[in-house]
Amino acid sequence: MIKEFTKGIIKENPVLVLALGLCPALATSTTAYNGIGMGIAASFVLVMSNIIVSAIKKTVPSRIRIPIFITVIATFVTIVKLVMAAYTPGLSKQLGIFIPLIVVNCIILGRAEAFASKNGILKSALDGLGMGLGFAIVLFVVGSIREILGSGTITLGFPMLFGPVNVSIFGSGYNPALLMILPPGGFLTLGLFMWLKQLVMKENG
Amino acid sequence: MADKYYVSSSPHISSGVSTKTVMWSVVLALIPALLGSIYFFGMRALWLTLLGVAGAVVSEAVVELLSKKPLTIGDGSAVITGILLAFNIPPGVPWWMPVVGASFGIIFGKMVFGGLGNNPLNPALVGRAFLMASWPVEMTTKWIAPRGGSIPAIATKIDAITGATPLGVLKNFVGKTLADPNASPEKIAQAKQVLHSMYANWTNLFFGNVGGVIGETSAVLLIVGFVYLLVRKFVDWRIPLSFIGTAAILGWIFGSPEGMFKMNVLFYIFSGGLMLGALFMATDMVTSPITVKGRWIFGIGCGILTAVIRRWGGYPEGVSYSILLMNLAVPIINRHSMPKKFGYKK
Repeated sequence: MIKEFTKGIIKENPVLVLALGLCPALATSTTAYNGIGMGIAASFVLVMSNIIVSAIKKTVPSRIRIPIFITVIATFVTIVKLVMAAYTPGLSKQLGIFIPLIVVNCIILGRAEAFASKNGILKSALDGLGMGLGFAIVLFVVGSIREILGSGTITLGFPMLFGPVNVSIFGSGYNPALLMILPPGGFLTLGLFMWLKQLVMKENG
Repeated sequence: MADKYYVSSSPHISSGVSTKTVMWSVVLALIPALLGSIYFFGMRALWLTLLGVAGAVVSEAVVELLSKKPLTIGDGSAVITGILLAFNIPPGVPWWMPVVGASFGIIFGKMVFGGLGNNPLNPALVGRAFLMASWPVEMTTKWIAPRGGSIPAIATKIDAITGATPLGVLKNFVGKTLADPNASPEKIAQAKQVLHSMYANWTNLFFGNVGGVIGETSAVLLIVGFVYLLVRKFVDWRIPLSFIGTAAILGWIFGSPEGMFKMNVLFYIFSGGLMLGALFMATDMVTSPITVKGRWIFGIGCGILTAVIRRWGGYPEGVSYSILLMNLAVPIINRHSMPKKFGYKK
């Protein structure tokens, strides 16, 4: 049972191994704060939709299952969108269109189709939690690297409670590499992260 | 026994020319332009170039040591990348920029693809594109006035000018003034005066006392180096000819902000990085087509893109991006320009 949870973090990490959800991973990882915000939003939708999909799997006719899954996912995305707009308006503005786009995030539909529609509720919830955590960790790490190199700052504090606190890393003498917060920086960082993961996996068998 | 009976395919007569010979000859061919740059911009040009070379060589060595591959830094290709990268940055930039640019070019432009011979893009230009996107302010404003500067003083006094390079003045001062419907007649006359004095002084571009990146200043010294390579048959003349020729024709037709057919062609081809790019970067053996027909297509494509970016693009100069874009097209060009096999019908 615990394997369903841990597999999403490294062994079947949605971004690094399954290469799913790359578009939001690239677009929202410009800062550590944005990355973790997106990760938490997607994790919530993932866990909740996995639970519901698993619960209704027997009553859903297989021919129209995809539209029904999408409707379930869209419900939770709407909740997330409204909650974020109310409690973290700054983050909501930063992530912009990428919050509504969680609906078509292939990690979430992929897990609903590949896992939740075939397994029990508890297993599906753990799978969603693990996958969501894997996604959030990648976004946080990529976001931190891009923010440190591209802006020279890092966002600290517990963002959901206190809002972002920017801390300058290298002092004012550092001239940030603008490219790192532009799209090419996202591709580079993510590519290097995938390479590093493959390297570590290879050495550990 | 095995090494006594060495089996290989033809040709069996070796010319003695190796990758190493070619690469170090290119380094030698770049030396005149470097000396010219030291003369015009001072010792800074030399230090920045050496830093670029050090960055390129060290990062290639580090990657090869980490991946436990044989060291190839002696073949000279990393040295060329370092020199060309430094040739592509303004002489007034901080010291770390050539190091960062050359390392990025070598690691992400060359080593990640498997080293020399496998890189689709010219590593020096990858480094330049990285620097251009990361530190646009430094890359477009840190010009140094050359010994005996050539930009008319009238133009450099005007606030709107950020880059004291001929093409920067052409685009940011003359071009904007002539396109501005509210410009006063005096200002338009002034802009035209600047433009015509730049046209009249095209010999400055040819000899090199003009602002610009480290390597592009002196056209004549670049040509000297290129002729040496041409004599040794290490370089193909088709790419530079078609590149510069296409750019010259299109520049003559569309290049001037005053209207069609008003551009001074000599000013157009000797300004900016066209000579440096066409002679030394578009001709890179790894990233240019292998077929004769393909080389013509490659050069013409570079020329068209350069003229388009210069006239209508956001940057004053488009040589580096046009070469990078055409580098990407090289596999397709190669595939579709293969000569007919002997004895085969089409």
